[in-house]
Amino acid sequence: MKLAFTTSGENLESKLDPSFGRTKNFLIFDLERQTSTLISNQQNLDAAQGAGIQAAQTIVKAGAQALITGHCGPKAFRVLEAAGVKVYNTEAATIAEALARYQAGELTAAKVANVEGHWA
Amino acid sequence: MILAVASGKGGTGKTSISVNLARVLDFPVQLLDCDVEEPNAHLFLHGSLIGEEEISIAVPKIDATACNACDECVDFCQFNALASFCGAPLVFPELCHGCGGCTLVCSRSAISEENFRIGVVKTFVDGHITLKSGCLDVGVSLASALVHSVKDRLEKGVTAILDAPPGTACPAVATLRGADYVVLVTEPTPFGLHDLKLAVDTVRELYLPFGVVINRVGIGDDRVQRFCSEASIPLLLEIPDDRRIAEAYSRGELIVETLPEYRAHFERLWQAITLHAGARS
Repeated sequence: MKLAFTTSGENLESKLDPSFGRTKNFLIFDLERQTSTLISNQQNLDAAQGAGIQAAQTIVKAGAQALITGHCGPKAFRVLEAAGVKVYNTEAATIAEALARYQAGELTAAKVANVEGHWA
Repeated sequence: MILAVASGKGGTGKTSISVNLARVLDFPVQLLDCDVEEPNAHLFLHGSLIGEEEISIAVPKIDATACNACDECVDFCQFNALASFCGAPLVFPELCHGCGGCTLVCSRSAISEENFRIGVVKTFVDGHITLKSGCLDVGVSLASALVHSVKDRLEKGVTAILDAPPGTACPAVATLRGADYVVLVTEPTPFGLHDLKLAVDTVRELYLPFGVVINRVGIGDDRVQRFCSEASIPLLLEIPDDRRIAEAYSRGELIVETLPEYRAHFERLWQAITLHAGARS
Protein backbone atom coordinates (compact mmCIF):
# COMPACT_ATOMS: atom_id res chain seq x y z
CA MET A 1 0.00 0.00 0.00
CA LYS A 2 1.20 3.49 -0.88
CA LEU A 3 0.75 6.58 1.28
CA ALA A 4 1.04 10.15 -0.01
CA PHE A 5 2.45 12.89 2.22
CA THR A 6 2.69 16.63 1.54
CA THR A 7 6.05 18.25 2.17
CA SER A 8 8.33 21.14 1.35
CA GLY A 9 11.30 18.80 1.82
CA GLU A 10 12.49 15.59 0.23
CA ASN A 11 12.64 12.76 2.77
CA LEU A 12 10.92 11.20 5.78
CA GLU A 13 12.55 13.64 8.18
CA SER A 14 11.15 16.63 6.28
CA LYS A 15 8.30 18.79 7.53
CA LEU A 16 4.75 17.77 6.74
CA ASP A 17 3.21 20.62 4.72
CA PRO A 18 -0.24 21.46 6.14
CA SER A 19 -1.57 22.47 2.72
CA PHE A 20 -2.42 19.90 0.08
CA GLY A 21 -3.10 21.56 -3.27
CA ARG A 22 -0.16 23.94 -3.18
CA THR A 23 2.40 21.85 -1.33
CA LYS A 24 5.86 21.81 -2.91
CA ASN A 25 6.27 18.03 -3.14
CA PHE A 26 4.45 14.77 -2.56
CA LEU A 27 6.37 11.99 -0.92
CA ILE A 28 4.89 8.61 -1.82
CA PHE A 29 5.81 5.99 0.74
CA ASP A 30 5.44 2.29 -0.09
CA LEU A 31 4.59 0.49 3.15
CA GLU A 32 5.50 -2.98 1.90
CA ARG A 33 8.82 -2.06 0.34
CA GLN A 34 9.60 0.71 2.84
CA THR A 35 10.72 2.92 -0.05
CA SER A 36 9.79 6.45 -0.90
CA THR A 37 9.56 8.43 -4.13
CA LEU A 38 9.25 12.17 -4.50
CA ILE A 39 6.82 13.89 -6.91
CA SER A 40 7.10 17.61 -7.58
CA ASN A 41 3.93 19.69 -7.36
CA GLN A 42 5.60 22.73 -8.92
CA GLN A 43 3.00 23.10 -11.71
CA ASN A 44 0.29 23.63 -9.11
CA LEU A 45 2.08 26.26 -7.06
CA ASP A 46 1.19 28.88 -9.67
CA ALA A 47 -2.22 27.53 -10.72
CA ALA A 48 -4.89 30.24 -10.69
CA GLN A 49 -7.52 27.80 -9.54
CA GLY A 50 -8.12 24.09 -9.08
CA ALA A 51 -4.75 23.29 -7.48
CA GLY A 52 -6.37 20.82 -5.10
CA ILE A 53 -8.07 18.98 -7.95
CA GLN A 54 -4.80 18.67 -9.86
CA ALA A 55 -2.92 17.59 -6.75
CA ALA A 56 -5.53 14.91 -6.11
CA GLN A 57 -5.10 13.56 -9.65
CA THR A 58 -1.32 13.50 -9.18
CA ILE A 59 -1.44 11.29 -6.11
CA VAL A 60 -4.19 9.08 -7.55
CA LYS A 61 -2.06 8.47 -10.63
CA ALA A 62 0.95 7.77 -8.41
CA GLY A 63 -1.05 4.88 -6.98
CA ALA A 64 -1.51 6.28 -3.48
CA GLN A 65 -4.38 4.74 -1.54
CA ALA A 66 -4.20 7.21 1.32
CA LEU A 67 -3.28 10.88 1.72
CA ILE A 68 -1.78 12.15 4.97
CA THR A 69 -1.69 15.93 5.17
CA GLY A 70 -2.80 18.92 7.23
CA HIS A 71 -5.81 20.16 5.30
CA CYS A 72 -7.86 19.03 2.35
CA GLY A 73 -10.58 21.15 0.73
CA PRO A 74 -13.92 20.03 -0.71
CA LYS A 75 -13.00 19.74 -4.39
CA ALA A 76 -9.81 17.76 -3.79
CA PHE A 77 -11.74 15.61 -1.34
CA ARG A 78 -14.37 14.89 -3.98
CA VAL A 79 -11.72 13.63 -6.43
CA LEU A 80 -9.97 11.55 -3.77
CA GLU A 81 -13.23 10.08 -2.53
CA ALA A 82 -14.26 9.14 -6.09
CA ALA A 83 -10.89 7.46 -6.58
CA GLY A 84 -11.15 5.63 -3.26
CA VAL A 85 -8.21 7.43 -1.65
CA LYS A 86 -8.63 7.87 2.10
CA VAL A 87 -7.70 11.24 3.61
CA TYR A 88 -6.06 11.54 7.02
CA ASN A 89 -5.66 14.99 8.56
CA THR A 90 -2.91 15.44 11.10
CA GLU A 91 -0.94 18.20 12.77
CA ALA A 92 2.20 16.05 12.92
CA ALA A 93 5.33 18.15 12.34
CA THR A 94 7.26 15.75 10.14
CA ILE A 95 6.46 12.98 7.68
CA ALA A 96 8.13 10.43 9.97
CA GLU A 97 5.93 11.53 12.86
CA ALA A 98 2.79 11.41 10.70
CA LEU A 99 3.76 7.95 9.46
CA ALA A 100 4.32 6.73 13.03
CA ARG A 101 0.89 8.04 14.05
CA TYR A 102 -0.70 6.35 11.05
CA GLN A 103 0.96 3.02 11.79
CA ALA A 104 -0.02 3.25 15.46
CA GLY A 105 -3.63 3.60 14.34
CA GLU A 106 -3.92 7.10 15.82
CA LEU A 107 -5.26 8.67 12.62
CA THR A 108 -8.84 8.27 11.47
CA ALA A 109 -9.96 8.67 7.88
CA ALA A 110 -11.80 11.96 7.25
CA LYS A 111 -15.41 11.69 6.12
CA VAL A 112 -15.53 15.25 4.75
CA ALA A 113 -13.15 18.03 3.76
CA ASN A 114 -11.72 19.76 6.84
CA VAL A 115 -11.38 23.23 5.30
CA GLU A 116 -13.54 25.47 3.10
CA GLY A 117 -12.83 25.79 -0.59
CA HIS A 118 -11.01 28.96 -1.60
CA TRP A 119 -13.93 30.05 -3.77
CA ALA A 120 -16.69 29.23 -1.31
CA MET B 1 -20.76 57.14 -25.41
CA ILE B 2 -19.81 54.29 -23.10
CA LEU B 3 -18.27 55.58 -19.90
CA ALA B 4 -16.67 53.21 -17.39
CA VAL B 5 -16.20 54.30 -13.80
CA ALA B 6 -13.39 52.33 -12.20
CA SER B 7 -10.80 52.51 -9.45
CA GLY B 8 -7.90 50.59 -8.12
CA LYS B 9 -8.85 50.85 -4.49
CA GLY B 10 -12.29 49.77 -3.34
CA GLY B 11 -14.59 52.14 -1.50
CA THR B 12 -13.40 55.29 -3.25
CA GLY B 13 -16.83 56.21 -4.59
CA LYS B 14 -17.32 54.54 -7.99
CA THR B 15 -20.99 53.89 -7.36
CA SER B 16 -21.54 57.36 -5.91
CA ILE B 17 -20.01 58.95 -9.01
CA SER B 18 -21.94 56.62 -11.35
CA VAL B 19 -25.40 57.07 -9.86
CA ASN B 20 -25.11 60.81 -9.27
CA LEU B 21 -23.75 61.39 -12.75
CA ALA B 22 -26.58 59.34 -14.24
CA ARG B 23 -29.09 61.40 -12.25
CA VAL B 24 -27.92 64.84 -13.43
CA LEU B 25 -28.03 63.93 -17.13
CA ASP B 26 -31.10 65.27 -18.91
CA PHE B 27 -31.37 62.49 -21.48
CA PRO B 28 -31.90 58.71 -21.35
CA VAL B 29 -28.97 56.85 -19.83
CA GLN B 30 -28.17 53.20 -19.18
CA LEU B 31 -26.47 52.48 -15.90
CA LEU B 32 -24.74 49.10 -15.77
CA ASP B 33 -23.77 47.75 -12.39
CA CYS B 34 -20.81 45.55 -13.36
CA ASP B 35 -19.69 45.08 -9.77
CA VAL B 36 -21.44 41.73 -9.91
CA GLU B 37 -19.95 40.38 -6.69
CA GLU B 38 -21.63 43.11 -4.69
CA PRO B 39 -23.92 45.24 -6.84
CA ASN B 40 -25.32 48.24 -4.98
CA ALA B 41 -26.28 50.92 -7.54
CA HIS B 42 -29.95 49.89 -7.22
CA LEU B 43 -29.94 51.01 -3.59
CA PHE B 44 -29.66 54.63 -4.72
CA LEU B 45 -32.48 54.59 -7.25
CA HIS B 46 -36.18 54.70 -6.56
CA GLY B 47 -37.20 52.81 -9.67
CA SER B 48 -39.06 49.60 -10.05
CA LEU B 49 -37.73 46.20 -11.00
CA ILE B 50 -39.05 45.43 -14.45
CA GLY B 51 -37.14 42.27 -15.31
CA GLU B 52 -34.84 39.57 -14.08
CA GLU B 53 -32.94 37.17 -16.33
CA GLU B 54 -31.10 34.08 -15.22
CA ILE B 55 -27.59 33.83 -16.64
CA SER B 56 -26.02 30.45 -17.27
CA ILE B 57 -22.91 29.13 -18.93
CA ALA B 58 -22.61 25.83 -20.80
CA VAL B 59 -20.64 23.30 -18.76
CA PRO B 60 -19.68 19.77 -19.80
CA LYS B 61 -21.77 16.73 -18.99
CA ILE B 62 -19.90 13.49 -19.49
CA ASP B 63 -21.49 10.25 -20.65
CA ALA B 64 -19.45 7.71 -18.68
CA THR B 65 -20.47 4.85 -20.99
CA ALA B 66 -19.05 6.65 -24.05
CA CYS B 67 -15.91 7.93 -22.30
CA ASN B 68 -12.70 5.95 -22.79
CA ALA B 69 -10.77 7.93 -20.17
CA CYS B 70 -8.31 9.30 -22.71
CA ASP B 71 -8.03 12.51 -20.64
CA GLU B 72 -7.88 14.77 -23.71
CA CYS B 73 -10.54 17.00 -22.16
CA VAL B 74 -8.77 17.09 -18.79
CA ASP B 75 -5.47 18.05 -20.43
CA PHE B 76 -7.22 20.72 -22.49
CA CYS B 77 -8.95 22.45 -19.57
CA GLN B 78 -6.83 25.35 -18.37
CA PHE B 79 -9.12 25.98 -15.43
CA ASN B 80 -8.80 22.58 -13.76
CA ALA B 81 -12.55 22.10 -14.02
CA LEU B 82 -12.14 18.48 -15.03
CA ALA B 83 -10.42 15.81 -12.97
CA SER B 84 -9.47 12.35 -14.11
CA PHE B 85 -8.52 9.32 -12.09
CA CYS B 86 -8.49 6.51 -14.63
CA GLY B 87 -12.24 6.71 -15.33
CA ALA B 88 -14.69 9.24 -16.75
CA PRO B 89 -13.59 12.70 -15.55
CA LEU B 90 -15.29 14.49 -12.68
CA VAL B 91 -16.72 17.91 -13.57
CA PHE B 92 -16.37 20.95 -11.31
CA PRO B 93 -18.86 23.36 -12.90
CA GLU B 94 -17.97 26.17 -10.48
CA LEU B 95 -14.46 26.28 -11.99
CA CYS B 96 -15.60 25.98 -15.63
CA HIS B 97 -15.42 29.09 -17.81
CA GLY B 98 -17.80 27.65 -20.40
CA CYS B 99 -15.31 27.76 -23.29
CA GLY B 100 -16.60 24.50 -24.79
CA GLY B 101 -13.08 23.23 -25.55
CA CYS B 102 -13.54 19.88 -23.81
CA THR B 103 -16.56 19.10 -26.00
CA LEU B 104 -14.52 19.84 -29.12
CA VAL B 105 -11.49 17.73 -28.22
CA CYS B 106 -13.51 14.65 -27.20
CA SER B 107 -13.05 12.06 -29.95
CA ARG B 108 -15.82 9.83 -28.56
CA SER B 109 -18.52 12.51 -28.46
CA ALA B 110 -18.96 11.65 -24.81
CA ILE B 111 -19.37 15.28 -23.76
CA SER B 112 -22.57 17.23 -24.13
CA GLU B 113 -23.27 20.59 -22.52
CA GLU B 114 -25.72 21.59 -19.87
CA ASN B 115 -26.55 24.95 -18.36
CA PHE B 116 -24.99 25.99 -15.09
CA ARG B 117 -26.50 29.08 -13.50
CA ILE B 118 -23.99 31.75 -12.46
CA GLY B 119 -26.27 34.64 -11.53
CA VAL B 120 -28.92 37.08 -12.69
CA VAL B 121 -29.18 40.39 -14.49
CA LYS B 122 -31.93 42.62 -13.08
CA THR B 123 -33.39 45.59 -14.88
CA PHE B 124 -34.73 48.62 -13.01
CA VAL B 125 -36.21 51.79 -14.46
CA ASP B 126 -36.14 55.10 -12.62
CA GLY B 127 -37.15 58.04 -14.82
CA HIS B 128 -34.55 58.52 -17.54
CA ILE B 129 -32.23 55.91 -15.97
CA THR B 130 -32.36 52.24 -16.96
CA LEU B 131 -30.26 50.19 -14.58
CA LYS B 132 -28.96 46.75 -15.50
CA SER B 133 -27.56 45.11 -12.43
CA GLY B 134 -25.54 41.90 -12.50
CA CYS B 135 -25.61 39.73 -9.40
CA LEU B 136 -23.32 36.71 -9.18
CA ASP B 137 -24.58 33.68 -7.28
CA VAL B 138 -22.88 32.90 -3.97
CA GLY B 139 -20.08 30.35 -4.42
CA VAL B 140 -19.58 31.10 -8.11
CA SER B 141 -16.27 32.63 -9.19
CA LEU B 142 -17.15 33.59 -12.77
CA ALA B 143 -17.51 37.32 -12.25
CA SER B 144 -16.14 38.17 -15.72
CA ALA B 145 -18.67 35.96 -17.49
CA LEU B 146 -21.51 37.76 -15.73
CA VAL B 147 -19.96 41.16 -16.53
CA HIS B 148 -20.05 40.14 -20.20
CA SER B 149 -23.72 39.16 -19.82
CA VAL B 150 -24.53 42.56 -18.34
CA LYS B 151 -22.68 44.33 -21.15
CA ASP B 152 -24.37 42.15 -23.79
CA ARG B 153 -27.58 43.88 -22.72
CA LEU B 154 -26.29 47.34 -23.64
CA GLU B 155 -28.58 49.14 -26.01
CA LYS B 156 -26.50 50.70 -28.77
CA GLY B 157 -26.77 54.42 -29.29
CA VAL B 158 -27.89 55.16 -25.74
CA THR B 159 -25.35 56.70 -23.37
CA ALA B 160 -24.09 54.15 -20.88
CA ILE B 161 -22.33 54.45 -17.54
CA LEU B 162 -20.61 51.28 -16.37
CA ASP B 163 -19.97 50.96 -12.65
CA ALA B 164 -16.89 48.70 -12.56
CA PRO B 165 -15.77 46.35 -9.80
CA PRO B 166 -12.78 47.57 -7.77
CA GLY B 167 -9.26 46.46 -8.55
CA THR B 168 -7.55 45.70 -11.81
CA ALA B 169 -8.30 41.98 -12.17
CA CYS B 170 -10.31 40.22 -14.89
CA PRO B 171 -13.81 41.46 -13.88
CA ALA B 172 -12.58 45.08 -13.96
CA VAL B 173 -10.84 44.57 -17.31
CA ALA B 174 -13.98 42.87 -18.67
CA THR B 175 -15.92 46.00 -17.70
CA LEU B 176 -13.37 48.45 -19.14
CA ARG B 177 -12.94 46.84 -22.55
CA GLY B 178 -14.85 48.69 -25.24
CA ALA B 179 -15.39 51.82 -23.15
CA ASP B 180 -15.03 55.18 -24.90
CA TYR B 181 -13.73 56.84 -21.76
CA VAL B 182 -12.76 55.81 -18.24
CA VAL B 183 -13.14 57.77 -15.03
CA LEU B 184 -10.79 56.53 -12.30
CA VAL B 185 -12.07 57.40 -8.85
CA THR B 186 -9.54 57.62 -6.05
CA GLU B 187 -8.96 59.23 -2.68
CA PRO B 188 -6.03 61.41 -1.59
CA THR B 189 -4.32 58.80 0.56
CA PRO B 190 -1.15 56.73 0.03
CA PHE B 191 -3.34 53.66 -0.51
CA GLY B 192 -5.55 55.55 -2.96
CA LEU B 193 -2.50 56.72 -4.91
CA HIS B 194 -0.86 53.30 -4.95
CA ASP B 195 -3.95 51.64 -6.38
CA LEU B 196 -4.63 54.53 -8.74
CA LYS B 197 -1.24 53.86 -10.32
CA LEU B 198 -2.22 50.22 -10.88
CA ALA B 199 -5.51 51.34 -12.45
CA VAL B 200 -3.67 53.85 -14.66
CA ASP B 201 -1.31 51.09 -15.84
CA THR B 202 -4.34 48.94 -16.65
CA VAL B 203 -6.25 51.52 -18.70
CA ARG B 204 -3.05 52.47 -20.52
CA GLU B 205 -2.53 48.82 -21.39
CA LEU B 206 -6.06 48.83 -22.82
CA TYR B 207 -5.38 52.08 -24.76
CA LEU B 208 -8.40 53.79 -23.19
CA PRO B 209 -8.61 57.54 -22.66
CA PHE B 210 -9.15 58.37 -18.99
CA GLY B 211 -9.31 61.04 -16.33
CA VAL B 212 -9.32 61.08 -12.54
CA VAL B 213 -11.87 62.06 -9.92
CA ILE B 214 -10.55 62.56 -6.39
CA ASN B 215 -13.12 61.91 -3.71
CA ARG B 216 -12.99 63.00 -0.05
CA VAL B 217 -10.42 65.71 -0.71
CA GLY B 218 -9.07 66.93 2.63
CA ILE B 219 -8.51 63.58 4.34
CA GLY B 220 -4.97 63.02 3.09
CA ASP B 221 -2.39 64.94 1.16
CA ASP B 222 -1.83 66.30 -2.36
CA ARG B 223 0.22 63.42 -3.75
CA VAL B 224 -2.59 62.24 -6.05
CA GLN B 225 -2.92 65.75 -7.52
CA ARG B 226 0.84 65.92 -8.03
CA PHE B 227 0.92 62.48 -9.64
CA CYS B 228 -1.86 63.46 -12.07
CA SER B 229 -0.16 66.73 -12.90
CA GLU B 230 3.24 65.12 -13.50
CA ALA B 231 1.70 62.32 -15.59
CA SER B 232 -0.48 64.79 -17.55
CA ILE B 233 -3.65 63.00 -16.45
CA PRO B 234 -6.77 65.20 -16.55
CA LEU B 235 -8.19 65.86 -13.09
CA LEU B 236 -11.91 65.92 -13.83
CA LEU B 237 -13.41 66.62 -10.43
CA GLU B 238 -12.53 66.94 -6.76
CA ILE B 239 -15.20 66.20 -4.19
CA PRO B 240 -14.51 67.52 -0.69
CA ASP B 241 -14.60 65.33 2.39
CA ASP B 242 -18.07 66.36 3.50
CA ARG B 243 -19.69 64.42 6.31
CA ARG B 244 -23.13 65.18 4.89
CA ILE B 245 -22.23 63.21 1.74
CA ALA B 246 -21.34 60.16 3.83
CA GLU B 247 -24.58 60.53 5.79
CA ALA B 248 -26.65 60.77 2.61
CA TYR B 249 -24.84 57.75 1.20
CA SER B 250 -25.49 55.74 4.33
CA ARG B 251 -29.22 56.40 3.92
CA GLY B 252 -29.13 55.34 0.26
CA GLU B 253 -29.70 58.90 -0.94
CA LEU B 254 -28.19 60.61 -3.94
CA ILE B 255 -25.79 63.46 -3.22
CA VAL B 256 -27.32 65.60 -5.98
CA GLU B 257 -30.80 65.22 -4.48
CA THR B 258 -30.01 65.60 -0.78
CA LEU B 259 -27.30 68.22 -1.29
CA PRO B 260 -28.34 70.12 -4.45
CA GLU B 261 -25.27 72.37 -4.20
CA TYR B 262 -23.27 69.42 -5.55
CA ARG B 263 -25.39 69.11 -8.67
CA ALA B 264 -23.14 71.54 -10.54
CA HIS B 265 -20.10 69.40 -9.66
CA PHE B 266 -21.56 66.44 -11.53
CA GLU B 267 -22.75 68.56 -14.44
CA ARG B 268 -19.22 69.91 -14.78
CA LEU B 269 -17.88 66.36 -14.55
CA TRP B 270 -20.04 65.29 -17.49
CA GLN B 271 -18.89 68.31 -19.50
CA ALA B 272 -15.25 67.48 -18.75
CA ILE B 273 -15.78 63.84 -19.74
CA THR B 274 -17.42 64.67 -23.06
CA LEU B 275 -14.73 67.27 -23.74
CA HIS B 276 -11.84 64.85 -23.11
CA ALA B 277 -13.55 61.88 -24.74
CA GLY B 278 -14.41 63.98 -27.78
CA ALA B 279 -10.91 65.38 -28.01
CA ARG B 280 -9.46 61.89 -28.10
CA SER B 281 -11.85 60.28 -30.50
